[in-house]
Amino acid sequence: MPAVSDLANAAVSGVLTGTVYGLMALGLSAIFGVIRLVNFAHGELMTVAMYTAVVAFQRLALDPFVTMLGAAVAFGALGYALQRGFIGRFIRRPEHAQMLLMIALAMIIGNALLLGFGPDARNVQTDYQLDSFAWGALLLDKVRVYAAGAAVLATALLAAFFRLTLTGKAIRACADNPLGARVAGLPVAHLYAVTFGLGAASVAVAGCAMVPLIDVTPGLGPGFTLLAFVIVILGGLGSMVGALLGGVIIGLSEALAGVLIAPSAKSMVSFGLLVVILLARPQGLMGAGRR
Amino acid sequence: MTLDTMTLDATTRAPGRRRALIAAVGVAAIALPFLVNNYVLSVVTLALYLAYVGQAWNVMMGFAGQLSLGHSLYVGLGAYASAGLFFHYGIGPWLGVWVAILLCAAVGAFMGVLAFRLRISGVQLSLLTVAFAELARIGFDHIGWLGGPGGLFLRVADRGRVDLLGFRGPPALYYYAALALTAGALGLCALLLRRRAGFYWRAIREDEVAAESLGINVFRWKMKAVILSAAMTAIAGVFFAFYYNSLFPEQIFSFGRSIEIVLGPVVGGVGTLFGPIVGAGALVLLGDGTTEVMNRLGFDVPGVKQVIHGVLLLVITIYLPNGVWPPLARALGFGPKRI
Repeated sequence: MPAVSDLANAAVSGVLTGTVYGLMALGLSAIFGVIRLVNFAHGELMTVAMYTAVVAFQRLALDPFVTMLGAAVAFGALGYALQRGFIGRFIRRPEHAQMLLMIALAMIIGNALLLGFGPDARNVQTDYQLDSFAWGALLLDKVRVYAAGAAVLATALLAAFFRLTLTGKAIRACADNPLGARVAGLPVAHLYAVTFGLGAASVAVAGCAMVPLIDVTPGLGPGFTLLAFVIVILGGLGSMVGALLGGVIIGLSEALAGVLIAPSAKSMVSFGLLVVILLARPQGLMGAGRR
Repeated sequence: MTLDTMTLDATTRAPGRRRALIAAVGVAAIALPFLVNNYVLSVVTLALYLAYVGQAWNVMMGFAGQLSLGHSLYVGLGAYASAGLFFHYGIGPWLGVWVAILLCAAVGAFMGVLAFRLRISGVQLSLLTVAFAELARIGFDHIGWLGGPGGLFLRVADRGRVDLLGFRGPPALYYYAALALTAGALGLCALLLRRRAGFYWRAIREDEVAAESLGINVFRWKMKAVILSAAMTAIAGVFFAFYYNSLFPEQIFSFGRSIEIVLGPVVGGVGTLFGPIVGAGALVLLGDGTTEVMNRLGFDVPGVKQVIHGVLLLVITIYLPNGVWPPLARALGFGPKRI
């Protein structure tokens, strides 16, 4: 049995990492909740964001937390264009056809990264990489605290956007009833594209925040996609609080499983949770019943 | 040409042409090992293997409309079951295949009961299949008895000697086995589509509520589709184990492998009989063909094959949502095919 302080440290770092997972999943949740698109290329977008941060660090010596801002804007524009110009055309296709379309995109992006960057792991070494805040027996990695701060801030901004702005409210109206929104004269195609842009921007922030925490390889995509799905289903589709909560639960349980069972058992716990949630409460912890 | 002669043409000439084409393909397939070298034979064997697994997946998705994105689960379970029996107890594949089939049918049934009793469908169902495959991937990493992450290796076959009982021998043996599997699956599916099962499954695929209201026991027939699909895939796993002789949980249960299984039927045409075969052929030809050409030219870059597969999948989903087979069938004069 590991010492209590080890457990506490693992738990705290798991919660901090979990907020970044939560932000990543929030992007997926928004895209699914509003556009009803199952974004199987979500993890690949995340991986692209991580490579962006690595390249910006190596070429321009930019800190990932600075790159984050530019990446969010760039990914937002890219996401808008992708939805408006490409994916939006397939919105009426059956669900499985959309899934396959996104899987095709994921295969192309993931393997293009492999072609471009090679299979080796890359990372970013900032000068505060190994620093930590000490708080009693607790040691908090600086990078993890910053990453969590960025993730929580981005989540709060996104939540405020959806709650307080007119565009945000319009998007929620589209999610509730696309036909009604169209009848009321809302520019649905534009709002869908804004949603995809916001989803991509969340992923950009999450990706840049993740770079100091783990090494990036081209093959990370599918794992992230699945993780995002686990979190979203756990928290409840379309629920912002749910995504953050789901992320924290997954981060925490992975960290604890890593200490208590074995590091390799980490994702076993998340997939086990997914199965249990799918079977016991398919609408998720915070989700309303479907339809 | 008047309308009468045209209809006459369509009804009388098409079956003859179809029979002639099938006969020609059959003769060519049997003669192939005598005509080509071992490399070409291994590529064709891979295509046939993918065609067979695709056909098995097609039973669940193409016929009954249940999208599985975790079929690598059954390939892996089948492979590890038979390979484990052979490795530890010397029990050959002819017995092992039954264990594999029973195991996969049981796992398929378990998942089916959970999913269909709780009315999980669509994305949630697909994710459930992914989750089971991922759980198996991670779980098998922890089974030391089956080699864990280090892999399970079978003695490589003596290529010179044909050992039918141990399923060991030259490449041609595996080629004929894959050919027999593909032909058998095609025959079975053709038969099922004409019988009650085919009609019930397609009714469920098109509209579950309508099917139920017509008195079809939707739960039972979905279960039959999943179990049959899992059992067929198990045989592919046994073939995989004894053909490649090495098994790693990270590879065999991976999400990528599940997608690879889906690709063939999607490219060829989901729900069609010849789609999985045509699709697997196209994928292997384009993917491995390009890789081979690039290797000959002195480039060795991993990922090219997958990018090509991705582009192919993208193009097909956009422009030919029903796959390449339906238009191809019309071009070959097979007439409009009821799917």
